[in-house]
Amino acid sequence: MHEMSIAQSVLDIILQESRNHQVTRVLSVALKVGELSAVETESLRFCFELLTKGTPAEGAQLDIERVQVTCRCQDCGSNFTVRELVFSCPACQGVRVKMLSGRELSVESFEAE
Amino acid sequence: MTLKIPVVRDILEANERLAEDNRRVFRQAGILVINLMSGPGAGKTSLLERTIDALRHEIRIGVIEGDIQSSYDAERIAKKGVQVVQLNTGGACHLDGNMIKSSLDALDLDTLDLLVVENVGNLVCPAEFNVGEDMKAMILSVPEGDDKPLKYPLMFQESRVLLINKIDLLPYVDCDVGKIRERALQLNANLEIFEISCRTGEGLDGWAEWLRQQVSARKAGGDGAET
Repeated sequence: MHEMSIAQSVLDIILQESRNHQVTRVLSVALKVGELSAVETESLRFCFELLTKGTPAEGAQLDIERVQVTCRCQDCGSNFTVRELVFSCPACQGVRVKMLSGRELSVESFEAE
Repeated sequence: MTLKIPVVRDILEANERLAEDNRRVFRQAGILVINLMSGPGAGKTSLLERTIDALRHEIRIGVIEGDIQSSYDAERIAKKGVQVVQLNTGGACHLDGNMIKSSLDALDLDTLDLLVVENVGNLVCPAEFNVGEDMKAMILSVPEGDDKPLKYPLMFQESRVLLINKIDLLPYVDCDVGKIRERALQLNANLEIFEISCRTGEGLDGWAEWLRQQVSARKAGGDGAET
């Protein structure tokens, strides 16, 4: 249950950027959340809603894009999507893999006025 | 007028900055730092007690104890005569860079070789927050079941070491250590695995020897830590 601290960090970033861009009301926030991140999106929405009460982001919608886990095989160079948490290369069965995506946890953009 | 404002910032950036500050402090002091994680009751404190007993005469060990409440674990560790700080998170499910930073004043880092941060018992959240460690180590105890790598993949993926504890209980529980190994290595092929029992002491020599090597690698300079 660390969604509260994640939601707080999202809010901190958004409020700081709002001040920088001199906007007063946040309408929506776009996040990227990797499939491997230990974040429960419904819980994150709930925490975000609680924390934004009384702030310029009150009522703002969270648009969450889940990002698939992908890897590159260090042996044969092929890229692949990880399914059912098997991190070995489907082409050559190599296990020396580099993760390309799936750990994202970022604020991409927000809409404001 | 509605504006779309690009941001592209890591949500955990504030924590990462603090973790990096801590890491610099640890590097400067030449200390190896391990972030020890597991579910509640898997044996983190017992492993620490056993590790201190095995290595106290050759390695100077310090411990940061993270718990939601109570100082029970820190008292157990203090009995072993090593430096220990208790952190109470007051409800938070993990330790973060800031909590570790605030506890450093209570430790004399220059007199340590190894600092173990015992995280809050939880298989999910601690994996997401760096505290400035060189490596994460995790414990899975056999009564928890061999399905755990499938359910909590991030922790297995982030860890450098997996200690499979309570193997003395294998005759009494439905848990296949071979399956734990196979599933954990599918997530992380570089995982170092030790099968241990903190109750009987089985398997702990291998762990102590590995740890000894990691500490000397750090002492020898450089980023050490990896074999």
